[in-house]
Amino acid sequence: MPVEFRADLHIHTCLSPCSELSMTPSRIVERAASLGINIMAVCDHNTVEHVEVTAEIAKKRGISVIAGIEINSSEEVHILGLFENMADALSMQTVVYENLPGENNEDAFGMQVLVNESEEVLGFNKRLLIGATELSVNSIVELIHGFNGLAVASHIDREGFGIIGQLGFIPEGIEFDALEISYRTGRAKAHEMFGPYSHIPWITSSDAHSLDDIGRSTTWFVMEHSTFEEMRLALKGTEGRKVIF
Amino acid sequence: MKLQEIIDSLSLKVENPSADLSREVTGAYVSDMMSDVMGNAKDGFLWITIQVHLNIIAVASLKNLSGIILVNNRVPAEDTLKKAIEENIPIMTTPLSAFDLVGRLYGLGLRCR
Repeated sequence: MPVEFRADLHIHTCLSPCSELSMTPSRIVERAASLGINIMAVCDHNTVEHVEVTAEIAKKRGISVIAGIEINSSEEVHILGLFENMADALSMQTVVYENLPGENNEDAFGMQVLVNESEEVLGFNKRLLIGATELSVNSIVELIHGFNGLAVASHIDREGFGIIGQLGFIPEGIEFDALEISYRTGRAKAHEMFGPYSHIPWITSSDAHSLDDIGRSTTWFVMEHSTFEEMRLALKGTEGRKVIF
Repeated sequence: MKLQEIIDSLSLKVENPSADLSREVTGAYVSDMMSDVMGNAKDGFLWITIQVHLNIIAVASLKNLSGIILVNNRVPAEDTLKKAIEENIPIMTTPLSAFDLVGRLYGLGLRCR
């Protein structure tokens, strides 16, 4: 019997330069647990380096962590890549790193802190994680699918960095597995604004950059277990699984 | 002012010379955000941008723009150029920045009607 799982599939950590330093994996898990979130995706800008530690902490609290990454395309469109395992996520990260020019400037963009379970600082990511990759939207979606992942257009209701704001509309021939509506736009308004895209599943998530943001917008997944393959079925709406937007 | 005159005066490279270069240019708009161009560019305008994504052709076509100038040595993506040829939208390129190019367009006497 499928049951409902509460998912927040877009959470940044202190590795994203624009996130608050309090967004350590342990505190994020603590906060998610207190809100009754069952599934969360760690989606830092252009990196997956905080996924594993978050997943390990979350396991002890019974929360499933999806390996995610928010990739910035050459058109400055944000796309979430969600993966079944670390190996696939790391393969994606390798391609992103190869196509991500520049070095971070902490004064301008913020610190990119890598920490462990006990919030001890392990180091700082030197790459310009906030920057745009040299990969087009189309190639990013193809790469994500090539690594068996799910491609989600981030916050399509945001003018900056959303696909509709940057590109005017969602180009034909790009197979998104879902579109993310941010917390800013209510459900009724989303239907009004994005009606033409209702053939693609919609999700909503927090895009949390601070602890208080976590869970401000979540999606219910109706499925058998809180696994990646079940999520794939739910997004397709097959075998009794579904997504409640 | 005709598009061909602007091309000649500013030594722009035309990426798809088969397109109609005889159109009257009624003004210009500078933006890299396509939703903004869809909202603000007008019939016959030239569009100055660094965006090379395929969607620029659809936007130019939709707004009946006279052409697109890619600045800073940007070149159209392969599928973008193919679509530009199909849709008869002139794409020009230049090493100039948007600022320098617009200054020169102004210098030529181009104003938005």
